[in-house]
Amino acid sequence: MLAAAIPLTWADDAPARTALLPAYTTECGACHVPFPSRLLTAASWQRLMDNLARHYGTDASLEAPVAREIGAWLQSHAATGRRAEEAPPQDRITRTAWFLREHDEVPAADWKRPAIGKPSNCAACHTRAAEGRFGEREIRIPR
Amino acid sequence: MSIRSLVLLAALLAASATHASTPAELLVGYTAASGTPAQAARGQRFFTSRHGKDWACAECHGAVPNQEGRHASTGKAIGALAPAFNPERFTSLTKTEKWFRRNCNDVLGRECTAGEKADVLAWLISLK
Repeated sequence: MLAAAIPLTWADDAPARTALLPAYTTECGACHVPFPSRLLTAASWQRLMDNLARHYGTDASLEAPVAREIGAWLQSHAATGRRAEEAPPQDRITRTAWFLREHDEVPAADWKRPAIGKPSNCAACHTRAAEGRFGEREIRIPR
Repeated sequence: MSIRSLVLLAALLAASATHASTPAELLVGYTAASGTPAQAARGQRFFTSRHGKDWACAECHGAVPNQEGRHASTGKAIGALAPAFNPERFTSLTKTEKWFRRNCNDVLGRECTAGEKADVLAWLISLK
């Protein structure tokens, strides 16, 4: 009974809180980790989906039916609460106040290690990012 | 692409949309749409060259795509592209066309012609 009272925010080792839409994993996890939808606002997701042909330097365009399906899912699983109020530069998750706070212990130079490259490469350190798991115990920072 | 190529490709898309293909079948389709025989050597040159923009195909897929590649921007691993080393490759025309559309836009700033696709596919099939 007590377990039911524990807030979800403590679930360091729990499975991903939101089940990913299969089409989202397939299409939006092809070139990078399928980023959790709750990390961006609905407005940010809308802008991304409207500009897939120019997606951070690459063409990520989708056929209309799949784009609609993924877009609708993102809209209904976007950030809520405090995170819903900010629009990060270029709609980048890695430029949100939340991300910067969460990773403020990481020295700037570490992001450039060859095995990591850049902050958006979640899977370099978050060993189960592909499954939507970012818990502390599943982090291994490569040398 | 010519009207004839477009019609042929559209017919192939319609026919193949709901069933799996093989790399050889897709090559037949692209060759027919282009109207000239595919040339693997030309495909290799095409694949490993820049075409006016920032990337060559080889920069993500490897100069010889018989092993994993790496996305030039995100660093994510990309499965081998040569069908002999990755049995999923070129088994769906829809998927193949989707990736040609995007990646040719990135590399060339336009759609690849059926001939270019045929050349590249012929070369990839030849890798054993």
